[in-house]
Amino acid sequence: MRIFSTDHKVIGKQYIGLALFSVLFGMVLSLIMRFHLVHPDTKVKLFGLLWPDGAPGGQMTPELYLSLMTMHGTIMVFFVLTTAPQSGFGNYFLPLQIGAHDMAFPVLNMLSFWTTALSLLTLLAALIVEGGAPLSGWTAYPPLSGLGKITGPGQGLGQDLWILSIALFCVASLMAAINFIVTVIELRAPDMGYFDMPLTCWGWFVTALISLFAFAVLLAGGILLMLDRNAGTSFFIPGGLIVNDQIQTRSGGSPVLFQHLFWFFGHPEVYIAILPGMGLISTILSVFSGKKVFGYKAMAIALLAIGGLGFVVWGHHMFISGMSPYSSIAFSVLTLAVGVPSAVKTFNWLATLWGGRLRFTAAMHFALGFVSLFITGGITGLILGQPGLDIYFHDTYFVVAHFHLIMGVAAIFAIFAGLHYWFPKMYGRFLHEGLGKLHFYLTFVGVYAVFVPLHFAGFVGNPRRFPDFKEYEFLKSVMPLHIGVTHAAYFLAAAQLIFLFNYFWSQRRGAVAPTNPWGATTREWRDD
Amino acid sequence: MAIAILIAALAGATLALFFQPRWWFPDAISAHAKDYDAQLLFTLWVVGSIFVLAQGLLVWVIFRYRDRGQAPSVNCGSTKLELLWTSVTAVVFLALAFAGQGIWAGVHLKNSDPSALRVEVMAKQFAWSYRYSGADGAFGRVDIRQIDDAGGNPFGIDSKDPKGADDLTAPILRVPAGRPVELLLKSRDVIHNFFVRELRLKQDVVPGMTIPLHFTADKPGAYEVPCSELCGLGHHQMRSALVVMAPDAFEDWLLEARQKVVLP
Repeated sequence: MRIFSTDHKVIGKQYIGLALFSVLFGMVLSLIMRFHLVHPDTKVKLFGLLWPDGAPGGQMTPELYLSLMTMHGTIMVFFVLTTAPQSGFGNYFLPLQIGAHDMAFPVLNMLSFWTTALSLLTLLAALIVEGGAPLSGWTAYPPLSGLGKITGPGQGLGQDLWILSIALFCVASLMAAINFIVTVIELRAPDMGYFDMPLTCWGWFVTALISLFAFAVLLAGGILLMLDRNAGTSFFIPGGLIVNDQIQTRSGGSPVLFQHLFWFFGHPEVYIAILPGMGLISTILSVFSGKKVFGYKAMAIALLAIGGLGFVVWGHHMFISGMSPYSSIAFSVLTLAVGVPSAVKTFNWLATLWGGRLRFTAAMHFALGFVSLFITGGITGLILGQPGLDIYFHDTYFVVAHFHLIMGVAAIFAIFAGLHYWFPKMYGRFLHEGLGKLHFYLTFVGVYAVFVPLHFAGFVGNPRRFPDFKEYEFLKSVMPLHIGVTHAAYFLAAAQLIFLFNYFWSQRRGAVAPTNPWGATTREWRDD
Repeated sequence: MAIAILIAALAGATLALFFQPRWWFPDAISAHAKDYDAQLLFTLWVVGSIFVLAQGLLVWVIFRYRDRGQAPSVNCGSTKLELLWTSVTAVVFLALAFAGQGIWAGVHLKNSDPSALRVEVMAKQFAWSYRYSGADGAFGRVDIRQIDDAGGNPFGIDSKDPKGADDLTAPILRVPAGRPVELLLKSRDVIHNFFVRELRLKQDVVPGMTIPLHFTADKPGAYEVPCSELCGLGHHQMRSALVVMAPDAFEDWLLEARQKVVLP
């Protein structure tokens, strides 16, 4: 296997490897954060060794906590949820499923991967430069992110590297999107119409269309922010600021403008993470029910509807941002409208299972777990989508719980389902089924135990992005809840070791798989 | 099979948590907050019903159609069913969207009462200040060059403007119970957020903008105000308080505090 390969299968595996490294890194960061939240005064020697400035004597500073939080969010959203389901599985299986020899532009494909890898290195570099990683969160709102070191440590070089990394990621994703779109349009087998494609291909196709429009806008936003920081422009910086007792000379910009650009990308990004998973889950439920997907055409149209409507709901991230309160009403109605095709998909999944003969393989376990998590995580969108109700929950742990379940965990369950399902194709061997099911059960209990209680911290009004909860009387009541969540997080992380062992052990020692082990009808199982 | 039982157990546990009283809202202290709670409870019942229905169906199909050697059905679609569940969800979801507009309109589309007590709020990394007008009922002009936190002038009240001479600044927001209050929210550096849980109100405070926010608190007491928009390393310590006072006590406090105002 060549490192610089233009083979779509190699590139697909490289993306999956990058995502695997990233998800472990991001998970370790989250464990450190969970530990600190419940032991804010405990000195940990290791922290002091890793971050002499951020944790002097092992005592973690608020700025270190916030920078780890920024890195956790950025790594998980971009380098896990965006890369594994789309670029990982998509690169490997899209050409196989539509009967193409490779992606339309193999060299561009290689360039996409290596630009993504460079982007990840750039991001990680922010951890070791002076001041550390930025503390402005994965959303990087200016002026906090726009004025440099004066707003806090990490806001200097760390924030510049963060923006550069995101810009590189945008470029990589744009190249990948073009490649996916052209491949679907041009390289389908002659006998395959659009509505003959497996729903997985529909998922990748619509995701590529979303990426093309969304990442272009994020790239523009990133460039403008970079200019504000380094070229003295003022796109996002208003006049009359005094930061850290120093009068700022710039004027004329709007902090809210950045939020519009960011969320015009940021909301479709949720669908970039979940649509490939939706396609994959449809396939797995169908294969292991022994039935065709129920309502195939409705499912494809629902994907398109989610992709389209997904571009006109970004304002629901900004109900309390100070934008016109009238626009909130429009965004609210559109937001609940985008829930409709998601509900339609759920109904069709249930109808696919209905009347089937269900085979409970490990892949099927994760697919069924996905449906359960999709319901639990998605349904709170009906609360947050109402601007009046969002007022209280905005920026509390309720939102943290909502998006981790729907965008994080559900998408990751789809990835696990996909790995179990396609592993025989990728490595010629099965992932161990028993270990896979054990991993599923522990993980499923773990994610419910971590994320469901966090909704209730939100009910108490617990703001997110606090390095500790010591300052407030009302947060004393949520500490037992946070302690429970932290223990559940340790348990959940430990359960992932089973997967890691299974993943590497099975590549060499797993049971040898026949050509079409699951009795599937899609093309990737035909070739070879 | 085991997975059906597990999904049922986890969904049941999730549901049960909604009936525990410990981690819930604090008491509502305004008419808006009470309306908010009513709309939220209504939404929770709708959402909860959908949750039970969907998880229940999932559990049931897993149980019912587990592999017992039966032949799978060949039914793979029904336009009637698609239309039915699409239109039913569309009606329910959009009805929720419209039902929720009332509380939003009450906060953001309705103007504040003309008799409202107006208080300016200034946020900075990592502190809050509040400004009341003097007996003249007008706020004095500000000049950012005169901002002096240590000298007690966090707003930069311009010493040349006589209207500002009697302006009162305070680190805590005191308001009388039962009287409408209009806050004018400003930030001088990054974005902050003004949040009072008991009022069910939360609003970003954006530099370059003056954002009005009105409420009428009707229950005296002290309520914590946490900054709720990430604003830097001291974000979690950017704490202030709303003190709702009996009207007489508030007038006494205001009178006394005004006498202590020193000309900037």
